[in-house]
Amino acid sequence: MSLIEIRGLTHVYSQGTPFEKAAVRDLDLTLERGGTVGLIGHTGSGKSTLISHLNALLKPTAGTVLLDGEDIFASKASIRTARFRVGVVFQYPEYQLFEETVYADIAYGPKNLKLAAPEIDRRVREAAAFVGLDEGAFDRSPLELSGGQKRRAAIAGVLAMEPELLVLDEPTAGLDPAGREDLLEKLFAWREARDAAVLLVTHDMAIATRCDRLVVMAEGRIVLDGTPEAVFAHGDELASIGLELPEAANIARLLRDKGAALPSSLYTVDALAQAILALRGKGDAPC
Amino acid sequence: MDPIIRIKNISYTYPEGSRPALDGVSLDIMPGTFTAVLGSNGSGKSTLAKHLNAILLPSGGKVLVDGMDTIDEGNLLAIRRRVGMVFQNPDNQIVANVVEDDVAFAPENLGVEPAEIRRRVDAALQQVGMYEFRLHAPHLLSGGQKQRVAIAGVLAMDPEVLVLDEPTAMLDPQGRREVLRTVEDLCRRRGITVVLITHHMDEAARADRVLVMDAGRVALDGAPQEIFPQADALRALRLTVPDTTALLLRLRAAGMPVPAGALTPEDCAAAIWEALG
Repeated sequence: MSLIEIRGLTHVYSQGTPFEKAAVRDLDLTLERGGTVGLIGHTGSGKSTLISHLNALLKPTAGTVLLDGEDIFASKASIRTARFRVGVVFQYPEYQLFEETVYADIAYGPKNLKLAAPEIDRRVREAAAFVGLDEGAFDRSPLELSGGQKRRAAIAGVLAMEPELLVLDEPTAGLDPAGREDLLEKLFAWREARDAAVLLVTHDMAIATRCDRLVVMAEGRIVLDGTPEAVFAHGDELASIGLELPEAANIARLLRDKGAALPSSLYTVDALAQAILALRGKGDAPC
Repeated sequence: MDPIIRIKNISYTYPEGSRPALDGVSLDIMPGTFTAVLGSNGSGKSTLAKHLNAILLPSGGKVLVDGMDTIDEGNLLAIRRRVGMVFQNPDNQIVANVVEDDVAFAPENLGVEPAEIRRRVDAALQQVGMYEFRLHAPHLLSGGQKQRVAIAGVLAMDPEVLVLDEPTAMLDPQGRREVLRTVEDLCRRRGITVVLITHHMDEAARADRVLVMDAGRVALDGAPQEIFPQADALRALRLTVPDTTALLLRLRAAGMPVPAGALTPEDCAAAIWEALG
């Protein structure tokens, strides 16, 4: 059974007012355990609205969200279950730290799960280790941490819930390139270790290239769904909905337009460099 | 021509800080230029930016804006009029319940004539592509739209220098493109001096000058074409190179005669096509 199955999801904001807007329209989506799915789309394409349904922060105007086959809106108990099993890290989670110490902040979720103290302690330490947060920071106020440490603490707070689906909305925004790479590596390692599913909402095509599957939204609907290779072969469609190709795919496209015999499946610098060098080899060969 | 901003050997340590956030920075910024500031988190980029319009005052050294010392309180209003700041998180910068009221907030406070305020607000909203949203409530806008409103709010002050601290960190590609195009346009056509703090190498590639900060000092300073081919130096500073440069460096290492400084995808593709002959 799929971990998440969304059927015919529609969400209309401000219904009955002049600002009425359907942010998600009749959308179907299935998410399986294992694997990292990238959710990409223009601002206002409905990504945030969609993910807010996954842990029942928003109620569908129409349609259902099934978690392991159960409608998460069936009862108060099922909503509560969804909040525990689906962890959502919103944009800039460092603004959501509120406890007196870093430890208490990370422990907040597991405490709400009514876990025994040793289990809470294990989870806090494990989650902190996963995100690379030093235990020396546990007794400090979250406000004393650097921006990068705050981000890690906030993510650790969600990891400590040991969610089966982890949703992160632009988790690397504002981090420097090395910090971005480091956080991504840690998230991939966490997913591997727990056999969980990760849904990464991002505008960053460099991050999108690292996902196993990409789901592209536009105007509240899914317009492309497939491997990065398959999705990035649709350069024109992506451009028409305000997205761009990864830089390497873009360069490959410009070269194809000039007449270079490069396949449309190239989207990393490595693959493109190899393909160009192979072309050169052919050019040098005697006719 | 005199520099619009002169920074003379400034240092700054935060009250709770154990080491200086800025440690002997000197630089001049010429009017009408586009400068990008790169550096890892904690390198001192934002601290430097906050010295440009006297949000922070140096513990040592001097910052002169159009010849005015930021340390002199009497210069504060005049400095803030000349140097406008846009920050990363638009939610912290929006104060009004209607978009156009928000954009009008600063000029109203500066005592600008109502007719002139109207003109500036409309022009600023058009420049950021948010004119059609002028009567909307900011909280109903997306993050990218809010950020464009925040930029319009600064433009309505008619500043000479626009300092942007990671303004595109939360924007989608289209929003980024629009903001960058706006920023470039303000610099190239209206002669506004732009200082852009960013983690995006492709944004910095469009600047006239790239400064790389490290541990409170300027580690690298030069044209993007000079800075980005220094891949090893950049990596050591927790940065990366644009994909265009990474590709060109790879091809050069394999013996292909391409220039490492072709930074835009168009220039990069043209250089490769030429080398393929």
